[in-house]
Amino acid sequence: MQTETRSEQFQPPSLLGTLLRKLHIDIPLMIGLLLIALLSFVILYSASGQDMDVLLRQAARVGLAFLLMTALAHVDPYQFKRYSALLFGIGIVLLLAVLILGQIGKGAQRWLDLGFFRFQPSEMIKITTPMMIAWYLSEHPLPPRAKQLFIATMLILLPTLLIAKQPDLGTALLVASSGAAVLFFSGLSWWLITAIAVTLAGLTPVLWHFMRDYQRDRVHTFLNPEADPLGRGYHIIQSKIAIGSGGIHGKGWLGSTQSKLDFLPESSTDFIFAVFAEEFGLFGCVGLLSLYLLIIARCLYIASQTKDTYSRLLASSLAFTFFVYVFVNIGMVIGVLPVVGVPLPLISYGGTSVVTLLAGFGILMSIHTHKKYLIQP
Amino acid sequence: MSRFHTIKDNRVENRLFLNRIIAAFILILLLTSGLIVRLVYLQIVGHEHYTTLAKDNSIKIEPLVPTRGIIYDRHGKVLAENTQSFSLELIPEQIPDLNDTLARLQKLLDISDEKIEQYQRQRKRQKGFTSTALLIGMSDEEIAKFAVMRPYFPGVDIKTRLVRNYPYKELSSHVLGYVSRINEAEIKNLPAAEYRGSTYIGKLGIEAAYETQLHGKTGYAEIETNVRGRAINNVNSVAPESGANLYLTLDIDLQKTAYDALEEFNGAVVAIEIKTGGVLVLASRPGFDPNPFVVGIGNDEYQALQTSDSQPLYNRALRGLYPPGSTMKPFIALAGLEYNAIGYEQKYFCPGYYQLPNVTHKYRDWKKGGHGSVSMNEAITESCDVYFYNLASVLGIDRMHRFLQQFGFGERSGIDLIGEKTGLLPSQEWKRQQKKQAWYPGETIITGIGQGYLQVSPLQLARATATLGNHGDIVTPFLVDKIVSAHDTSPGPETHQGSMHLNNDNVNKIIAAMTNVVHGEHGTAKIISKGIPYQIAGKTGTAQVYSIKQEETYNENNIPFKLRDHALFIALAPADDPKIAVAVIAEHGSHGGSMAAPIAGKVIKQFLEESHAD
Repeated sequence: MQTETRSEQFQPPSLLGTLLRKLHIDIPLMIGLLLIALLSFVILYSASGQDMDVLLRQAARVGLAFLLMTALAHVDPYQFKRYSALLFGIGIVLLLAVLILGQIGKGAQRWLDLGFFRFQPSEMIKITTPMMIAWYLSEHPLPPRAKQLFIATMLILLPTLLIAKQPDLGTALLVASSGAAVLFFSGLSWWLITAIAVTLAGLTPVLWHFMRDYQRDRVHTFLNPEADPLGRGYHIIQSKIAIGSGGIHGKGWLGSTQSKLDFLPESSTDFIFAVFAEEFGLFGCVGLLSLYLLIIARCLYIASQTKDTYSRLLASSLAFTFFVYVFVNIGMVIGVLPVVGVPLPLISYGGTSVVTLLAGFGILMSIHTHKKYLIQP
Repeated sequence: MSRFHTIKDNRVENRLFLNRIIAAFILILLLTSGLIVRLVYLQIVGHEHYTTLAKDNSIKIEPLVPTRGIIYDRHGKVLAENTQSFSLELIPEQIPDLNDTLARLQKLLDISDEKIEQYQRQRKRQKGFTSTALLIGMSDEEIAKFAVMRPYFPGVDIKTRLVRNYPYKELSSHVLGYVSRINEAEIKNLPAAEYRGSTYIGKLGIEAAYETQLHGKTGYAEIETNVRGRAINNVNSVAPESGANLYLTLDIDLQKTAYDALEEFNGAVVAIEIKTGGVLVLASRPGFDPNPFVVGIGNDEYQALQTSDSQPLYNRALRGLYPPGSTMKPFIALAGLEYNAIGYEQKYFCPGYYQLPNVTHKYRDWKKGGHGSVSMNEAITESCDVYFYNLASVLGIDRMHRFLQQFGFGERSGIDLIGEKTGLLPSQEWKRQQKKQAWYPGETIITGIGQGYLQVSPLQLARATATLGNHGDIVTPFLVDKIVSAHDTSPGPETHQGSMHLNNDNVNKIIAAMTNVVHGEHGTAKIISKGIPYQIAGKTGTAQVYSIKQEETYNENNIPFKLRDHALFIALAPADDPKIAVAVIAEHGSHGGSMAAPIAGKVIKQFLEESHAD
């Protein structure tokens, strides 16, 4: 609290500035996020066939998500650290509950029905996993030693496997990478990173063995989209046509023909980038990627300015995971990665991922706007 | 680098972390560049190629809906088929003013508001440029009326569609169920690719239970379409694979005999081929005509079915639960023999009532004055209640429960239909758990004559009778004999194998007593024994709907029809080597012997004559 009062004295007494500081909002990050949200409405309006209902529903969700972000920005990072293990534990218990309930109900299930809304524990674990790993590693000297590495790896694998069993490969991937990112930023030696990469490549056939049929189908489809024109292969073929026909300048807002004539499936959700690329062309795509990069850069900057180990490990992991989100979705839509169900962050239609993502940014803002000295336990 | 220190070194940590941030950002930039390179490749290098694909001609994938499998009875008679029907279909995207068009069509063809609403709901679910039916099964008159006015209705057309038809209507309704339009809830649970373009799904009966097999595999056609989405040319297609045809064990002629024999009574008849478990008859009266459900049943028509007193939508054979009454006696008697609780020849004196020690309540026999001294054979033949009150008391409820459970009472038979009821086979344990009460000795007594808590379905009763006829080797009923698809023929469901390991002598004694029910001088079902060249083993039953007071006498004519007793009959034939087991329930039929037994007699006669001719 002392630092805050001191820094306030240096600021000109602008009403807005004081208000924003009181709200613990990071202005550059906020501007970037608002721009993306605005862009999301513009694209969604077109992709949904100018459906105002869809837009309003999404606006309500995004509004709520921004509120949650602001609320989390208020919380002292010390509190996140303090409750990391507890929150992670709750997340794991809920994942198990979903899995057991799913087994009883026979079939895939990802959410718990709480009556008034459906809660997906896998969304919560996307944030609590990096929290847990960051907390665990920050309790020990860095870079982590073999024992800590082993325990951290187990802690990452536990939620990852539980989610993969749901089965939700996309989310499992995101959770795993959020944990792995913490390890990377904690100073895992390059030698080990190389070794792990090689081992993972070697394990691919084993992974193949454990995949569900539909997951194998997706890999097949990725390698040879023409083989399955009714299903996922059709998605990739059509999204490539939509993107390619957009050219450099695009066909203009509301000008996409591929999604309008219903050639492009899931055009409001996972494949919304194809609509964007068709309408706004290469210029638009580069612009969107730049906007994402600016947000990521700001987040990494926040991390670099943080002195506390827990906070900066968490901040950098959240930033990196956000990039993984972008990369996996766009990579899938443009046909360089297999189709996994990952939405385009902050732009695809749907509520759960928006809430989780903005919660993450709330934590980042909290880290940045609270005192940046070592947290005393 | 810093492997050996154990205390935190902030300077080293800071430097390490900054390095990692920089490394991560470089990695992010590299990967993003990779994405941009790919975008450049698609949008600049491939632009022309993809523009051609997108603009001039686009390939659209149209699902080719498979033909639904046909359902046959055991003699190859068609029970469910697909017939051509004319339907009025609209493609909204090609209609200038949809609401105006609908209003004009409504006037021209006199279409109900309900049908219009139904169409609107259906349309919203469809993807663009899909033809959706407004009317199915158009009459010649409707076709003619529309044909004249057709030029004024762009985007509206008459198409032929295959529509499910059930020629045996109410006879087969409770076995086959029906197909109807897929609803919102079902869509969520269906494999989307397989059901693209499918309109119908099995809702009940065999149609629902074998949906996967009957539906077939959806094919597709790659169609070239112009910018407006209109088809130009068929590029490539994969033919759909028709659904598998099902051959049932059901004999539709026998089903008709059973259904007709019930006459004005509501009720059910189930007949099972003992050696296989194949269900020959599964009749529930009244049935209903399933055909209107296929094209979309009107609200009024549906309400009428729903609110009818005779409950035609209710599958009595599968889901109807009744007290089994005296049809339970052969099973209780067999329990007595198997547990050595009583001898076959051992006599018991029936004074016309039974009393528990120190209790004044009299459990009365149906015959005033009693049967006198009776052996087990006589007790079954004449259906003496007092004999079985005593036997039940000797056996106790838990032994009866254990024994009857093996015959399949109180559990699903496992037939290949959805929605079977378990019924209720009481025990001390059950009453403690469900009713939070202790078991009373009086409840044991009445269980001995199939009253009290006991609830069985006609299917369970037939199954237990079949298992008895099979000398304790458990019979699992099933309906689908074989599934014939384009590639192969596979058998129906796997049936549960198992045996009760009964003493053959005991079973033969019980069957002999049951034969006496039909062929003995004092048998309660002797009216059906006339003029048949084989013997039937049976047991009559009367299930109380209305309980009479202690000193009242039951007089059928004083009691309103709805409170009259249910008539039951179970039978095995031929008695010396049982091939068929039958269970009949005629609701409010009053007497098992006079009402229910003749129905079973007709079914058995037709079946044995037919199989003799084979």
